[in-house]
Amino acid sequence: MLNKNQIAQRIAKEVKKGQYINLGIGIPTLVANYIPDNLDVVLQSENGLLGIGPFPTEDQIDPDLINAGKQTITMVKGSSLFSSAESFGMIRGGHVHLTILGAMEVSENGDIANWKIPAKMVKGMGGAMDLVASAENIIVAMQHCSKDGQSKLLKKCSLPITGIRCVKKIVSDLAVLEVLPEGGFKLLERAPGISVEEIRSKTEGRLVVEGEIPEMKFD
Amino acid sequence: MINKTVSNAEEAIKDIPSGAVLMIGGFGLSGIPENCIAALLKKDINGLTCISNNAGVDDFGIGLMLKKSMVKKMISSYVGENAEFERQLLSGELEVELIPQGTLAERVRAGGAGIPAFFTPAGVGTEVAEGKEVREFDGKLYLMERWLKADFALVKAWKGDTAGNLIYKGTARNFNPMMAAAGKITIAEVEELVPAGELDPNQIHTPGIYVQRIFQGKNYEKRIEHRTIREKR
Repeated sequence: MLNKNQIAQRIAKEVKKGQYINLGIGIPTLVANYIPDNLDVVLQSENGLLGIGPFPTEDQIDPDLINAGKQTITMVKGSSLFSSAESFGMIRGGHVHLTILGAMEVSENGDIANWKIPAKMVKGMGGAMDLVASAENIIVAMQHCSKDGQSKLLKKCSLPITGIRCVKKIVSDLAVLEVLPEGGFKLLERAPGISVEEIRSKTEGRLVVEGEIPEMKFD
Repeated sequence: MINKTVSNAEEAIKDIPSGAVLMIGGFGLSGIPENCIAALLKKDINGLTCISNNAGVDDFGIGLMLKKSMVKKMISSYVGENAEFERQLLSGELEVELIPQGTLAERVRAGGAGIPAFFTPAGVGTEVAEGKEVREFDGKLYLMERWLKADFALVKAWKGDTAGNLIYKGTARNFNPMMAAAGKITIAEVEELVPAGELDPNQIHTPGIYVQRIFQGKNYEKRIEHRTIREKR
């Protein structure tokens, strides 16, 4: 089973040179630690920054410079700052190439639920609904099952959804899966030591397995 | 140039009545009008509608207004850092309209720019779409969303001049520019207030036309929600 950092490390392999990327809160934020410098990607923060840098050192902290998770950050050379309207204009306008975010559930047709558990947890959708409705490529970082063992890769989401037919790829603690345009989770890679049978038993939605499924490799 | 200066926060907000619709700038605790919120807390008003991306935290920002039960309705996108907000929401004491962050930003922008409605893909097929017109453009579905306006907009900038021109700093800009334009009366508090003519017109983010009152704020706490640092190499 992958830990959070390994999920982030695996997702980082999906990043391509020169992309503008929005990273969600939680595991997706960790992806930044694994993107090689030579890919020249630019990280977008939906509260109004292109060019997120590393966390600041103690003497660099600036309360007027935070990411969407309200963490203190720095800016890289060549950054730009803008309003929230401009920020979502570039998201809605399709200028952000890749969105990586967390999910509570994903369905086999690519619906995602990650903002609300009725009568229990209501944090709000933040920018997630805008992002999933507009990004050309959406990768989800998630746990394959809930704490009590229920599959989170479903035929149909049981929680209120954030967006429809939008997830392209999932990296869970057990597997890398592609969401097929016609519906279904196509198994691409297994986490080290995890069998196809285990993934099958923990995936409620339609699982497509073709040929030998390789184990993930970490450098 | 018209001089829009008022002496302090108390004077700036003195005519905000119970039941007013307020826009309050900021993202998290970054770029919030700290002085105006502190002055509101000293007033005996309630039944307010607050349009703000977040609701502060339990002991700072709009969170303090919630504790005093001054707020009847919140219009926000994310309220996750505030236990009191979540409690009032789940118990039904507080009316809450949660809307996607980009939709919120654009609804406020539309309000200030005279656009009564627009179409966005955000929220199609979700409960956000309930009761809204859905229309297809070029094979994709979009929701119609309406503009938002406010009786008073409370915004915070880094620098401002007596004519109401504003410059923001870092990610503290966020919702402030659109809210400045969408308020019938916009009150700007700034860290540094200078005479008209001292700010470079090329660098102005919010032109003074949108601002009715401006004052030099004081004692900015600029509280940090998540202090994340790395070790110096």
